[in-house]
Amino acid sequence: MAQLNDTHIEVSNLSFWRGERKIFDDLSLTIPRGKITAIMGPSGTGKTTLLKLIGGQLTPDQGSIRVDGDNVHALSRRRLFELRAKMGMLFQSGALFTDMTVAENVAFPLRVHTDLPESVVRDLVLMKLNAVGLRGASELKPAELSGGMARRAALARAIALDPDFLMYDEPFAGQDPIAMGVLINLISRLNRALGHTSVIVSHDIQETLSIADYVYLISDGKVLAQGAPDQLNGSEDPRVEQFMKGRPDGPVPFHFPAPSFKDQLFGDSQ
Amino acid sequence: MIQFLQKLGAKTLNRVAAVGRAGQLLSQSLIAKPAPMMMLPLLIRQLYFIGVLSLVIIIVSGLFIGMVLGLQGYTILVDYGSEQAVGQMVALSLVRELAPVVTALLFAGRAGSAVTAEIGLMKATEQLACYEMIGVDPMRRIIAPRLWAGFISMPLLSMIFAIVGIWGGSLVAVDWLGIFSGSFWANMQASVSFSEDVLNGVIKSLVFGFVVIWIAVFQGNDCVPTSEGISQATTRTVVYSSLAILGLDFLLTAMMFGDF
Ligand SMILES: Nc1ncnc2c1ncn2[C@@H]1O[C@H](COP(=O)(O)OP(=O)(O)OP(=O)(O)O)[C@@H](O)[C@H]1O
Ligand SMILES: [Mg+2]
Repeated sequence: MAQLNDTHIEVSNLSFWRGERKIFDDLSLTIPRGKITAIMGPSGTGKTTLLKLIGGQLTPDQGSIRVDGDNVHALSRRRLFELRAKMGMLFQSGALFTDMTVAENVAFPLRVHTDLPESVVRDLVLMKLNAVGLRGASELKPAELSGGMARRAALARAIALDPDFLMYDEPFAGQDPIAMGVLINLISRLNRALGHTSVIVSHDIQETLSIADYVYLISDGKVLAQGAPDQLNGSEDPRVEQFMKGRPDGPVPFHFPAPSFKDQLFGDSQ
Repeated sequence: MIQFLQKLGAKTLNRVAAVGRAGQLLSQSLIAKPAPMMMLPLLIRQLYFIGVLSLVIIIVSGLFIGMVLGLQGYTILVDYGSEQAVGQMVALSLVRELAPVVTALLFAGRAGSAVTAEIGLMKATEQLACYEMIGVDPMRRIIAPRLWAGFISMPLLSMIFAIVGIWGGSLVAVDWLGIFSGSFWANMQASVSFSEDVLNGVIKSLVFGFVVIWIAVFQGNDCVPTSEGISQATTRTVVYSSLAILGLDFLLTAMMFGDF
């Protein structure tokens, strides 16, 4: 029972189709509360799709997703929006509001969900922007930022409300080594100090493993491997090893699914 | 043949589904609990973008159309020796027909297409999805202010169009062609009735404004989120709005003035 209480998000028997293509096939996984969970897998396996399913933006064809025990897709529209106020999501594309400045973007969740006085909002915004190194860019418009800066601004917005549950879609993409180090620190500090549940989707394997408590490796709509970072690093499974070491040749295909995808994937390993 | 029927059926189903989605969008954005404190600044901003920025094209077009009406009216009426009635002709055709219809057509091209493109781009860059994830309903934050702004702006623009048009007509008829200004204005006052002509014109422009802005926000919200999809949605906004305006104009005119 203690185990159950520690589950923040439970994905059970999830199936999801994009037109004719099956993205998830009976996928089940749990995301423990207060921990950092990494979700990794080849490009195009559906990591972003999974985050959108958890946020209730897409509806599964089968199976259910429970956040705090509530089935996300059975909630009323109002309850769903209330639930989302407790989630923070960093979009893969950043998705900054182009008609606002960086500071207004970060202030936006604070303004709509709290009654804080303007001076407090301003201070909070400056603190969040400082944490991602963009305090000096607060008056710029999103169009004036570089790709890496835009992503950090979006990260500052995602953490503005200190939500219980944070989803980071590729937080490290396009960051220089210094910014990367700062972000890794920031994410793990948010988690350790405030006890947020965090989900990181990332291709930067070593960086992600350095802060993750638990890792899911997803491929071809299923969980390929899971465990603590050490377990995955030491895995003997050729598919896991190939992904972790980033070797181009091996059982995990690099190419977008072609007709013989399944044979290639499972032919020599099972 | 079977294939043709299949395609026809699929197309019809798609259309019906789209009308359903459009209705859903309307109910979600308007019937939702209003939040006036949040709404007002957004509404004012949209009134500026949708209404105020359309003023120039409306004023210039109204002026020229009024001038053309004055000129054409004069050349026709002068044959019958009743060129004094040109004021009446200009005012009636503007107030009853041209102001609501032409304003709505211009409005669809100027403001409707802009609204579609803006919302479409917000969808393509995941800004709408991001509003949802922050826990803010984009129907209320993005769609509703634009709907209201369009609905409010259109009758006002149409009135401005009519006023500027009548002034343009008087410029040509009175100042250029030399019709006695007293009879120009007196004829107009005597023949234009408020309850019949002005009110019906306002009703028309309300209906057109509502339809145009509804089509515009729906096409933006429903578009395929790519640059191609946005361009198609923008085109559809202008085409569907124009057809709807002209079709509805006939219907409304038949209902308003058709009691022979
Ligand atoms: N809007 C869409 N319509 C149809 N198919 C889509 C759509 N979005 C994504 N897909 C498909 O769903 C699959 C999963 O996409 P997703 O964006 O979740 O991948 P991902 O794992 O996040 O990849 P990456 O690591 O490159 O971000 C992809 O193969 C893609 O082709
Ligand atoms: Mg992705």
